[in-house]
Amino acid sequence: MSDPSLLALTLAEARDGLARKSFSARELTAAYNDAVSEIEPLNAYITPTPERALEMAGAADRRLAKGNALPLDGIPIAVKDLYCTKGVLTTAASHILDRFCPPYESTVTEKLWHSGAVMLGKTNLDEFAMGSSSTTSFYGPVESPWRRPGDNRPLVPGGSSGGSAAAVAARAAVAATGTDTGGSIRQPASYCGIVGLKPTYGRCSRWGVVAFASSLDHPGPMTRTVRDAAIMLHAMAGHDPRDSTSAPLPVPDFEAALTGDIRGLRVGIPKEYRAEGMSAEIEAIWQQGANWLQGAGADPVEISLPMTKYALPTYYIIAPAEASSNLARYDGVRFGLRVEGDSLDEMYELTRAAGFGPEVRRRILVGTYVLSAGYYDDYYLKAQRVRSLIARDFAAAFERVDCILAPTAPSAAFAIGENSDDPIAMYLNDVFTVPSSLAGLPAISVPAGLSRDGLPVGLQIIGRAFDEETVLRIAYVLESAAQFRQVPSFVAGDRR
Amino acid sequence: MIEGATGPWEAVIGLEVHAQVVSKAKLFSGAATDFGAEPNSQVSLVDAAFPGMLPVINRFCVELAVKTGLGLEAEIRLESVFDRKNYFYPDLPPGYQISQYQQPVVGRGKLTLDMSDGTVREIGITRVHLEQDAGKSLHDQHPSLSYVDLNRAGIALMEIVSEPDLRSAEEAGLYLRKLRSILRYLGTCDGNMEEGSLRCDCNVSMRRPGEPYGTRCEIKNLNSVRYVMQAIEYEGRRQIEILEKGGAIEQQTRLFDVARGITRSMRSKEEAHDYRYFPDPDLLPLVLDPGWVARLRAELPELPDAKKARFVSQYGLSPDDAGVLVAEKETALFFERVATGRDPKAAAHWIMGDLFGALNRFGIGIEASPVSAEQLGALIDLIADGTLSSRLAKDVFAEMVATRAHPASIVEAKGLRQVTDQGEIAAAIDAVLAANSDKFAEYRAGRDKLYGFFVGQIMRATAGKANPALVNRLLKEKLAQ
Repeated sequence: MSDPSLLALTLAEARDGLARKSFSARELTAAYNDAVSEIEPLNAYITPTPERALEMAGAADRRLAKGNALPLDGIPIAVKDLYCTKGVLTTAASHILDRFCPPYESTVTEKLWHSGAVMLGKTNLDEFAMGSSSTTSFYGPVESPWRRPGDNRPLVPGGSSGGSAAAVAARAAVAATGTDTGGSIRQPASYCGIVGLKPTYGRCSRWGVVAFASSLDHPGPMTRTVRDAAIMLHAMAGHDPRDSTSAPLPVPDFEAALTGDIRGLRVGIPKEYRAEGMSAEIEAIWQQGANWLQGAGADPVEISLPMTKYALPTYYIIAPAEASSNLARYDGVRFGLRVEGDSLDEMYELTRAAGFGPEVRRRILVGTYVLSAGYYDDYYLKAQRVRSLIARDFAAAFERVDCILAPTAPSAAFAIGENSDDPIAMYLNDVFTVPSSLAGLPAISVPAGLSRDGLPVGLQIIGRAFDEETVLRIAYVLESAAQFRQVPSFVAGDRR
Repeated sequence: MIEGATGPWEAVIGLEVHAQVVSKAKLFSGAATDFGAEPNSQVSLVDAAFPGMLPVINRFCVELAVKTGLGLEAEIRLESVFDRKNYFYPDLPPGYQISQYQQPVVGRGKLTLDMSDGTVREIGITRVHLEQDAGKSLHDQHPSLSYVDLNRAGIALMEIVSEPDLRSAEEAGLYLRKLRSILRYLGTCDGNMEEGSLRCDCNVSMRRPGEPYGTRCEIKNLNSVRYVMQAIEYEGRRQIEILEKGGAIEQQTRLFDVARGITRSMRSKEEAHDYRYFPDPDLLPLVLDPGWVARLRAELPELPDAKKARFVSQYGLSPDDAGVLVAEKETALFFERVATGRDPKAAAHWIMGDLFGALNRFGIGIEASPVSAEQLGALIDLIADGTLSSRLAKDVFAEMVATRAHPASIVEAKGLRQVTDQGEIAAAIDAVLAANSDKFAEYRAGRDKLYGFFVGQIMRATAGKANPALVNRLLKEKLAQ
C-alpha cells in the first residue's frame, strides 16, 4: 500500500524529499497512481497512464541514485488532454478525435519529461477547451473536489482545464499542465483553490497542443503553490523554432524571483472591473488582497482600463473565428472519427455532426459567420481593432504600475447543470480573464479566501509582457498573506 | 481585334500564373518536393494537418519570391501577411490554404512584350504572392473510392497576377513565354509546364473597342502555352457569339477540355466559395530587412531585356536575332561563349541556323547540344582562316553533330581542307572550259547565266574544296580574257 502522506507535499517539498532520499520516485508515483484511482468519481482523468508513470519514476530513481538528478526528477504530474503525447490517446475531450494516438510529443510535455517529470495521465476538459465548467467533455463532466458545506450538489471545477485543476486540488497530481485561451487555467484554479499561471503569449510553445484559438492559446502550469508554478513554468517555457509565435527569449530563473520583497511596487486596481457586475463578497476579497499587498510595502494605485467592457464580445468573436478554421481539419479523412456517407459532403456532415458536441458546433457556427463575406468587417475586423485598443489600455496602465490586481472570476464555483442552458451566462465567467488573454499578458490566479458559502475564490495578478518574474514575486507575497489552508471536501488519501 | 458579325471586338485578358518555387523543401514544412515520388512519401505531419502542428515559413522560398518581384521591377513590400483561405476538400488537409490575400509580398511591377511587328508592349503586374499548393485527388484508381496524394500539399507557389492588359491569345502566349524566361533567368521557377511547375488561370472578357470592361470568365488550370492560347481563342469566340445574339455573359469559372478544344462551365458566381480569408494566427507578419532586399537586388542576374539590348549594342545583332538568342538563358550563354573573340554575326547565324535545326530534329535543348560552344567556335575559326568554305563548313557541322568530334579532326580525317592554291584552281577552270567549249562559246555570245554552271562544274571538279572566292576571281579573269 502506498503512503498517502506523500500526497500532501507541494512540488518543491516533493523535490526536496526526493533529493534527500526520504522516499523514492517510485514510492511517490505509486501513491499518486493510487490517488488517481481514488478520485475516479471526479472524472478528472480521461486516460490514466500508471504503468508509464512507474517506468518514468524508475528512470528518475536511477538518475537520483547517481546524483545527476534533473530539475523535476520523479515529480508526478497530470497533462491536460489537449497536449499531444506520443503513443498515448489524445482526445481534446472530443469524440471527433476518437482513438487518436499522436506519433509525436508536444514541445511543452517533451520539455517536462526531459526535466524528469512523471506522467500520471491525461486530464479531462471542456471539448476542445471550449467552456468554463468542464461539462462539455465527450467523456462526461468533471466534478470539483469541493462541496458547499451542508450542500451535497456536485460543483463544477471551472474550465476548460477543470480536470487538471480538480486533480491538483484533490491531490491526485502534484501539478498539471493547463491551457488558457480566455481564462481556462486561471478560472478553474480559482474555483478549485489552487494556483494557475497563464504565461505571456509566446513564452510556452503551442507546438503539439491541439489548437482552439491560435492567437489566444497559452500553455501554462497549474499547481498548489506559487513556488511550484515558478518551478513548472521554468521547465515548460522556452523558444521553440517549430512555433513561429514562440518568443526567442531566454528563460529566467523564476523561482529566484520569489524574494518576498515587493516594497515600492505599484499595484494597479482597475476601476472598470468593479462595474462588471461584481458581487460584494468578491469585491471584499479583492479589497483584502489590495490591503495585503499594501501591508507588504506595495502601493495600490487606481487605474483605468476603459476598453474592459468590450473585451468579452471581442473575445467571443476572435476565438470562435480562429476555432472555426482550426477545427476544419477534423473532417474524417485522415484520423479520428469517420462516419461514412453516400458522398463526400455527406461524409463530412455526418462525421462532424457526430464528432462535435453542441458547444463546439455553436462556436464553429459563430466563427464561420463572423468571417463570412459581408460580415468580416463588422465583426472580425472590428474585433481585431478593439483587441489592439485593449492591448493599448494595458500598455498605458503599465507606464504607471508594475502589475494589476483583479479578481479571477466574478463568482465562486457553481453547481453542475447551472448556467448550462444559457451560453451567455457561461461566457460571463471569463469577464476578468479575457482582457489579459487578448493582450497576451502574463496573469496568475492565487487562492485568496473563501466565499460566503465556503468555496475558494482566487485573485489574479496581471503583469507586463514577459515579466512573469514580477507577477510571481507579487503572487508569492499575496499567497503568503492569504494563508489559504483550506482543503476540498474530497482529497485522495484522506480516508486511507 | 476580332471581327464579329456585327463589328469588331477586343479581348481583355489577365493571367494568374502559379509558379512552383524552386525549393527542396515545402513552404511551411521541411518535407521534400521531388517530382514523381511515390504517393504520400513526401508528407510531414504539418502537411497532413495533424492536431497541434504549426507552419514555419521557409526563408529560401521568401527569398525566391522577392527575387521574382525584383525581376519584374516590382515593389517589394517589407511587411506582408499570410492569410488562411478556408474550404473543405480531402486534398487540403487543414481545411484552409495558407496564402497572401490583402498584403502580398510583392506589389506592382511590369513585364515587356516584344511584339512581332517590332514594337514593345508593357504589361502591368498586379502582384506576386506566396501560397501553398494543395495535394492531388485521384479518382481513377478504384471504382468507388477516391485516393489522395499529399506530396504536393504545402509546396511553395508564387501566384503572379497580371493586370487585364493583354488583348489577344498571341499576347497571352508572348506574356507566358516571357514570364517563364524571366523566372528561369532568376532561377526561381524551373518553368516546367509538363510537370506542373507553371500553371495558368486566364480571365477573359470581350468588349467593343473603347468601351468599359465586360463580364469575365476565368479558365482554370491550363498547363501549356498552346492550351492557354487555344482556350482564349475559343472563349473569345464563345463570348462574342453570346453577345452578338444580344445575350449577357455570366460570370463563371470554366475548364478547358483539351481533347475537344473547348471551355465548359465549372461553377457560376452564385456557387463561388466564400473563402473566409483571415490572417493566419499561427504566423507572424512577414517582415523583410531592407538591407537584405538590397543585397538580393544587387545580386540579380542580367535579365532578358537588358541582355537583348546589350547583344544589340555590343555584338551588333539585329533586335530580332538578339531576342531569339536571349529567350533562354542557356542559349544566350552559349552564344556569348561562341561570339567572344569571333564574328558575333557568324556565331548568331550558326546557332540560329544549323544548331537550332539540329536541336529541333533531336527535340533537345541547347544544354544537351551535341556540339559544344567551343567546337562551334573552332568551326567558325576554320572558316575565318580560310581552311573551310561556308559550304564545306556545313558538311563539317553535320559531321560534328553526328560524331560529336572536333571540327579540326574532321577536316583532317576527311581531307576537307579548302583548296586555295591558285594554280590548282586555274587548272581546274581550264579543264572545265575545255570540256565545255560549246557552253563557253554560248557564254561569250552573251548567255551570262552560264556563269553559275561553270562555278558548279569547277566546285565539282575540286570535290567542293575550292575556295569559292578564288574560284570567282580566277573564273572572271579567265572569262574576261
